[in-house]
Amino acid sequence: MTENEPLLSVQNLQKHFPVHKGLLKRQVGAVKAVDDISFEVFKGETLGLVGESGCGKSTTGRLVTRLLEPTGGKIVFEGRDITHAGQGSLRPLRRDMQMIFQDPYSSLNPRHTVGAIVGAPFRIQGVKPEQGIKKAVQEILELVGLNPEHYNRYPHEFSGGQRQRIGIARTLALKPKLIIADEPVSALDVSIQAQVVNLLEDLQNELNLTYVVIAHDLSVVRHISDRVAVMYLGKIVEIADRKRLYSAPMHPYTNALLSAVPVPDPRARADRERIRLTGDVPSPLNPPPACRFHTRCWKAQEICKTVEPPLEELAGGHRVACHFPENAPEVPAGSAGTPATA
Amino acid sequence: MTAPLDVPESASHAAPEAVAAGAGRTAIQGRSLGQIAWMRLKRDKIAMTGAGIIVFLVLVAICAPIIVKLFGHPPLEFHREMIDQETQIPKDRFGGIGWDFLFGVEPVWGRDIFSRIVYGARISLLIAFLATLLSVGIGTVLGVTAGYFGGWVDTVISRAMDVFLAFPLLVFAIALAGVVPDQAFGLSGDTLRVSLLIFIIGFFNWPYIGRIIRGQTLSLREREFVDAARSLGARGPYIIVRELLPNLMAPVLIYATLLIPTNILFEAALSFLGVGVRPPTPTWGGMLADAARIYTVPHFAIFPGLAIFITVLAFNLFGDGLRDALDPRGNR
Repeated sequence: MTENEPLLSVQNLQKHFPVHKGLLKRQVGAVKAVDDISFEVFKGETLGLVGESGCGKSTTGRLVTRLLEPTGGKIVFEGRDITHAGQGSLRPLRRDMQMIFQDPYSSLNPRHTVGAIVGAPFRIQGVKPEQGIKKAVQEILELVGLNPEHYNRYPHEFSGGQRQRIGIARTLALKPKLIIADEPVSALDVSIQAQVVNLLEDLQNELNLTYVVIAHDLSVVRHISDRVAVMYLGKIVEIADRKRLYSAPMHPYTNALLSAVPVPDPRARADRERIRLTGDVPSPLNPPPACRFHTRCWKAQEICKTVEPPLEELAGGHRVACHFPENAPEVPAGSAGTPATA
Repeated sequence: MTAPLDVPESASHAAPEAVAAGAGRTAIQGRSLGQIAWMRLKRDKIAMTGAGIIVFLVLVAICAPIIVKLFGHPPLEFHREMIDQETQIPKDRFGGIGWDFLFGVEPVWGRDIFSRIVYGARISLLIAFLATLLSVGIGTVLGVTAGYFGGWVDTVISRAMDVFLAFPLLVFAIALAGVVPDQAFGLSGDTLRVSLLIFIIGFFNWPYIGRIIRGQTLSLREREFVDAARSLGARGPYIIVRELLPNLMAPVLIYATLLIPTNILFEAALSFLGVGVRPPTPTWGGMLADAARIYTVPHFAIFPGLAIFITVLAFNLFGDGLRDALDPRGNR
């Protein structure tokens, strides 16, 4: 794998969940949870994946780690196509690709001690560290900021933030290259969120990790990501590096999302122009034709209902799927080749 | 709070973990969910009473020969001298209850009721425990398999459960007990009858546990720690044994404890009908059957009836207490 090749490349990924009805369980429709998305993640960077609840971002995370099998498209990890690889051939790969789960209360087995939970990766993968599993586990516990003497404690004796740290410790046990963090801080208090986010950043610097952070909190994503992809109803509507996305978003949906981020300062709040979207998110069982956002978009025209806007690169590294993007440069940027990271 | 103590300096700076751990700071031991449940159970007086009675009964059953040797007469020994030959009822007042015959004697044959009750405890508890074990074994294995794998495996096992539940168990037991000869499968006599009963009761009762375990497995399967194990590369058997089973132990324990009294009653019913363990081996149900014919001597029916009642009640009280102690709401 050369320097310029992405660590993870997702091409036209698709996951349709069939809907069965009737006595014979015929398929009558499909929930198009993830519909034709493509993105790359390069070594050492953090890609943030944001969107509303139900837009398919968690499903994307599970597809990438192959907890689910895609119904279409390709997933390439470290140059290897793992789209339809069997669980047997995936097992060695799982050491390099790990997932942090959302709910600190249900992602840890309540009957196992912390030592058993963080030591499970070693046992499952058959790895025998030099100093023994217990010592290795205690080292990791210290790395994430937990007291290694808590080796024999049970998850219910910890707070939410500490449990999430245990989950992170479990993820780090086998020194993975890529970590998919599925809403790692959504279930935590704001002050604890900050601690955990900072921990993730420190770990990334120390261990040279690559992250895909799935979240719906834009301020968290802004803090931790290098590039951000915005999803809506199973499709990626915008990808850009962080600075450009937050200062000059192009897609109307991104604009609306950013205007909805809470602003602490009351005076600044009054100055800000708040965009309110009308209508509800359409059902993924029956998404709107062509541009999926046109039912709620204030700029929608005829073309938006008939022609699906492709995810095109409009400025250097900034890709948008919209017929009428805002903040678009006058002349499309002529950058050829793969998008560069910020 | 108690009177003010002279608190040493170090104690006021004690870290919360040291306080929580109790003894010393050398190795912090967490309190597992099981230990917490046990502490909760100990505080439940009624459940502890039930547990005490169960322990007492088990000891009685185990030490039956010694107890009978010390306090009573052999259970099969006739004592016609205690019986009035014309009326066939015991001569003494209160049906022969006294220091020699603690619970009195039977009418007609004059056997010691006390020792028959003690030996009857053996039969009842043995059959109930082993039958429950069989049910729990089959039910857990099939329940977890159906719940975890889903699909056609689940369909097949669930339909099997429906079939077993629809079985007229009592009728089948009577038929089978009547048909099996005195010697079969290399066993004979009492051992054969007891094994047969254990098989019948245990083998047909498994859906009771099976359904519950299947339901629990279905909900456990969706928890994120199962996903976490899968994302580490764990396979089905590992997930079932190491992730799911420890969480299933609580419902298994509760419903096994509540299944035992059902099995005791069932065995008593079969003995009452004469298809259980054959006389003259003493069983509580058999004694009730005899007592039903000779109802002029009330104590003859009271003692076995009371024995069954107290045993069933003890198990039910303990099982309820166990369920409260292992209640998931308290396990967060």
